[in-house]
Amino acid sequence: MNRHSLTRAITLLVRRDLILAMRHRAEMINPLLFFILVTSLFPLGIGANPNLLQAVGPGVIWVAALLAALLSLDGVFRSDFEDGTLEQYLLSSHPVSLLVLGKVLAHWLITGLPLLLISPLLGVFLGLSGDGIRILFITLLLGTPVLSLIGAVGVALTVGLRKGGMILSLLVLPLYVPLLIFASSAVDTAAAGLPVTAHLSLIAALLVLSLSLSPFATAAALRISLS
Amino acid sequence: MTQAATDSFFLEARELECIRDDRTLFRDLAFRLEPGQALLLEGRNGSGKTSLLRILCGIRLPDAGEIAWCGADIQRLGADYHQHTAYVGHRDGIKLDLTALENLAMARALGRPSEMTLEAALARVDLYGFEDVLTRKLSAGQQRRLALARLLVTDATLWILDEPFTSLDVHGIQVIEELLEAHAQAGGMLAVTSHHAVNLHKTTVHRINLSA
Repeated sequence: MNRHSLTRAITLLVRRDLILAMRHRAEMINPLLFFILVTSLFPLGIGANPNLLQAVGPGVIWVAALLAALLSLDGVFRSDFEDGTLEQYLLSSHPVSLLVLGKVLAHWLITGLPLLLISPLLGVFLGLSGDGIRILFITLLLGTPVLSLIGAVGVALTVGLRKGGMILSLLVLPLYVPLLIFASSAVDTAAAGLPVTAHLSLIAALLVLSLSLSPFATAAALRISLS
Repeated sequence: MTQAATDSFFLEARELECIRDDRTLFRDLAFRLEPGQALLLEGRNGSGKTSLLRILCGIRLPDAGEIAWCGADIQRLGADYHQHTAYVGHRDGIKLDLTALENLAMARALGRPSEMTLEAALARVDLYGFEDVLTRKLSAGQQRRLALARLLVTDATLWILDEPFTSLDVHGIQVIEELLEAHAQAGGMLAVTSHHAVNLHKTTVHRINLSA
């Protein structure tokens, strides 16, 4: 199978998922709304003390982003599984791992990108410094694709189960923890005026690692779930 | 694809065995399918027809034995086997929130595109005029015909069909039977389960009854 038709298949797949998301706008907004609500409720809950907010801000934003991603994960393969289109991917004449990458890209565009774009505003809301907001943006830019990539493996494993939601969280959350630790400590460090190259390199390494391994793991997990 | 190109293809099953929930559905099953031939699976509900088709697709692994395409195990061939197959399962495999054309465009991109245009494929299953209608708004029979139109937009030799006639009316059944017959005449292969009698007069049909 030549490269041209593979590129076309992946482009169509991403476009198809975006069209579907546009036709289900309410579902698409949910994770973003959750993200905004959780972060904006914190100042009301713990009081508007700027020092306190600055201290917890990065952690709050990252925890909210992580849970918002978890909330949206189930949608990656669930509807495709139920209407039988998932079988068609596995029976395609293209490598399944690359089609999976297309699905993950679409998921990131639908859920990760809006989070990323709104995050500076929430940073201001929590009183983060300019440097802190800049680094927060970079960690989310590098980190949200990792959330989608790792999540896809978990969803692929649990898509065949009727109530996979709980197991999905248990499977995926531990794998998110390193990212959470590095990312929120990067923002803290930046706010203190210290260099954060090491943190960012580690997050970038996580991105490269999950980008290269997760499509294969996801494809294999889908095969197991469907057999 | 020309007839000459498909002439050398064959599908062979050896000593197939399928166990589900500790029940042996079938064992020592063997058959050979060549271009222009059809395999018709019969049997009661739960006798393993769908399982056998899913094994033929390569979605499910047989508990013993193997399926070979031109002599090579299909599990090893992977995508090289899938480019020759098209599967319409028990579930339609179409997105209800996409239009008929969008669904077919995706199906075509996933396989090896045939020469037939998407519009022509829709016309062939009597869905002309429904190109831009959301699939959700089509009737169950129309959705089934759209699923079967997928067979036409890719250039597959082996069609694997699980109950293709579900929800179709008499006319719809006749249209699909003509499609199947035409495919077999052009050197294609069919593997079909059906509760209805399938009228393929011009085609060599191998019947396997899984309840026997």
